This record gives sequence, C-alpha cells and structure tokens, in this order.
Amino acid sequence: MKSLIMGTAALALAAGMAFAQGQTIRMGTEGAYPPYNFINDAGEVDGFERELGDELCKRAELTCEWVKNDWDSIIPNLVSGNYDTIMAGMSITDERDQVIDFTQNYFPPTASAYVAASDGVDVLNGVVAAQTATIQAGHVAESGATLVEFATPEETIAAVRNGEADAVLADYDFLVPLVEESSGELMFVGEPVPLGGGIGMGLRESDGELRDRFDAIITEMKADGSLNTMLKKWFGEDTTTY
Amino acid sequence: MFSYCSDPDTLGTFRWFSCYLTTGVHMSFYVAFLKVLLLLAITAPVALGFGFLGAMAARARFAPLRWFGKTYIAIVRGVPDIAFFLFFVIALDQAFEYMRHKVLCPDWDQPIRQGSDFVVCTAAKLPLSTAPQWMHETYGFLLAVVTFAIVFGAFAANVLFGGMRAVPRAQLETAEAYGMSQRQTFWRILVPQMWVYALPGLSNLWMVLIKATPLLFLLGIEDIVYWARELGGTKTSRFTDYPHGDWRMWYFLFLLIFYLAFTRVSEIVLERLMQKLTHGQATSGGEAQRRAAA
Repeated sequence: MKSLIMGTAALALAAGMAFAQGQTIRMGTEGAYPPYNFINDAGEVDGFERELGDELCKRAELTCEWVKNDWDSIIPNLVSGNYDTIMAGMSITDERDQVIDFTQNYFPPTASAYVAASDGVDVLNGVVAAQTATIQAGHVAESGATLVEFATPEETIAAVRNGEADAVLADYDFLVPLVEESSGELMFVGEPVPLGGGIGMGLRESDGELRDRFDAIITEMKADGSLNTMLKKWFGEDTTTY
Repeated sequence: MFSYCSDPDTLGTFRWFSCYLTTGVHMSFYVAFLKVLLLLAITAPVALGFGFLGAMAARARFAPLRWFGKTYIAIVRGVPDIAFFLFFVIALDQAFEYMRHKVLCPDWDQPIRQGSDFVVCTAAKLPLSTAPQWMHETYGFLLAVVTFAIVFGAFAANVLFGGMRAVPRAQLETAEAYGMSQRQTFWRILVPQMWVYALPGLSNLWMVLIKATPLLFLLGIEDIVYWARELGGTKTSRFTDYPHGDWRMWYFLFLLIFYLAFTRVSEIVLERLMQKLTHGQATSGGEAQRRAAA
C-alpha cells in the first residue's frame, strides 16, 4: 500500500514535470461533427472545441497541437499515448469514465433529437441510425427501435436521406444546420431525449495533474462568462449556457 | 487561390469549381495522392528486398535459417492483411517505445501497463510529444511502410523461391562444369535467369499492392480514401463557403478512375519489362522472340 502511495506521488511529480509551462499538448478530435469540431476550407481543425481548446491552452500556458483521429479509435489512441486529450463532442458517461478521465463539462447536458425524412415516423419501433459507440447509439438500442450504426456522423444522415434508416438520433446542435439547409427534406420528429452528463475533455487516467489544471480553467471560464460567449457564438443565442 | 474566390456565392459554375477544387482541404487531398505514390515507391523495392532475403533464407543449407525463412513466409501469408495491419502496427509501435523506455528511463518504477493505459516515460515516446505534427505523420507513414514491406515481402519471397527453382537444372550444372563456385553460380547464373519466371507472380503482387494502399486509412494515415469521404460529405453553408450535398459518390468514382488508370499503366510497363527479360531466355517466349527476329 505504501509503495502504491509513493508510486502515485512519483507519478504526479513526473506528470507535473511533464506538463511544465510551454510544453506541447496534443489535442485529439474527430473533425467531422460541426459545430463542435470540423475541418474548414483551409484544411484546419475548426469549430467550438477548437476555439475553446486554444483558449484553455493559452490560459494554461501550454502549446497545443490539434490531431485528427477517427471516432472509432479515439479512446484507444488516447490511452496508448498518441495524443493527450480528447475534445470531440464526447459526452461524459460512466462507461467511458471507467477507461479515461473527464474534466467537468464545458458544454451543458442537452437534448439529442431525432431527424427523419418524413413526418410521423415512429422512432421507437422503426429503424434508427446513430454513430457507433455514442450515447445516442446506446439509447436507440435500449429504446426498442432497430439500431443501425455508422462510423461517421455523415453516414448516419446519408442513411436517412437514402431510406436505409427511418430516422437518425444525434446531438441537437449537429442536426440543426443540416435540417435548415435540407430545403424541407429533413425534419425533427418525436420528442428530444436528454442524454449524458454534458460534454467534457477526456484525458488518460494517469494524467491527473493535467486534468486538474484544465478543470480549474474551465471553472474560471464559466465564472468570467467567456465560455458563455463562445457557446452563443457557435450555437446561437438560444443555447443553454452556464 | 484565385482573386475572385473571396465571395463564391456569386460565381458561375466553372469559376465556382475552380475555387472549390483549390481550397486548402483539396490541396490536402492532392497531397494524399502523392503520399500513396510515395508509399508505393518506397514499399515496392523494400518488399522486394525482404522477398529476396526471405527466398534466400528459405533455400539456405543452414537449417535454422531455412526454418526462419519458411516460417516467415508461412505466417505472414496465412494471416489476413487487415488483422496483420491492425495488430502489427500497434505492436511494433509499443515494442519500439518499450525498448526506448528500458534504455532511457531505467529509474522508472511504474508499471508500463496501467489498466488499459500504455504508459512509458515522456522521453521514450516515439515521436516525442513535443515533436511537430509532420514528424508524427512521418513516423506513422514509416510504420506503414515497414508493415506493407513485411506483408508483401513474404509473398514476394514465395514467388522468388519458385522463380529460383524454375531455372533449368542444366544451366546450373553447366556453371558447375565450368568450375564456378556455388556463390558464383547463384549470382551469375541463377539470379539473372530467375526474374523471367518470377515476373508474372511479382507483377500480380504489384497490382495487389496498389489496390491495398487504401489500408493506409486503417492505420490512421489521411490517405485519399479518408479525404474522399471527408470532402464528399454534406457541407452546410454555416461552416464552409462551398456548401454542397452528399458528393461522396463522385469522389469515390474519381478514386476508381485513378486506380484503374494506375493499374493500366503498370500493366503496360510490366509487359514491356517482360519482353525485355524474355530476350535470349530458354523459354517458349524467348524462343518465339528468336524466331520472329530470324
């Protein structure tokens, strides 16, 4: 037991040294989930999480580098050390918390919504698309509907458009621009479903010091209102704020 | 790219596309084609080298070396490419980091496996986490080259092994009769003649290698398949100046044409090479060439 405590202390020390000021932190994201994160016309990572992540790094006096990774393998690659954090619209859930650690949420818990190509689709008995390994996929599986999973958010929408699925369940804010610009082809159906504990930054369980540092800055940004400004900029005036 | 691109909404179709196809993301798409070609250019000779060594090992007189060669060929040929790619690249990466960890951080008293975390000291990370992104990408690319070379090397070894056995025994006996040593016979008689027997098999491998390059995508390298999927996806006007619907079909059609054109060019080149190698050989092809010339 003593060696365990000693070990933890040594690790905390090592981590403390590892993330000294000006150190480079690699930020993992998916880059396919606007407005949270996406690739802009210039080929760079952009979106709410890019702006927030850059601000977090600035306040923590760390240099941050953005890395794209597929959603499927985003947690395994964090754990094996390819990058140090995940900011990819990832909701805080108990299952994920067993494998990695989360900061407090930087996006409040919101509703997920169903989108279909026609009104009156029965989302509880029909075929519903969702992205693999998301809380939405978990919810669909439990709801009694037939779940079809896809690797990317794009494919879940395409499945609804081509009739492979009756509806798609995804984060409300991801769906809004798609519905608005579909010229009536897509529409919200059913009731919104509140899911997850908000979106947080994921880190390795062994990186406690870095987690505490980002956590403190998120608290600070919630307090001074700068986080709310960013939320309104990316998600509109009506979005839930802190 | 062009001066008129600042407001794409007002452009005509042609100009719109000229702007759209020259955005930063499209440049990454074009660079990805170079990546694929570079991978092929590096992997093919390295795999051929592995194959040659494998074939030499498989026909060695020294038994352990022979077993090694035969085992290499048998294992790699027997495991599905995808399984090999998913397992081997992670294993290779962790093996490198483990070795560096042992050398660079002897004082480290933590277990390397903590639950599902693979934790090595910061100095042992490959590449270092402070390294710029291009180094990480190059490292990933090199891992991919090594994996491709090992996989295709095993197939090439088998082909070359067969090619070496196909050289007529009479040729080797004649060499011995002239008093050549075994080494001289191998390098001067066997190797120059085996290519004509090995080439059909090797050209098959080259085609399969071209078609296997989308496996890069599995290794997390942003290759042409990744960009085709990313660029073709629906884009809404809030996040891009060039909104469009689901265009993935067109991007993948373009990839299809690219691969078809590439394999067609390869076929033509390989056909020429075959003509050249056949010249003066004691095969039916060589005989036909001799008659046509006479």
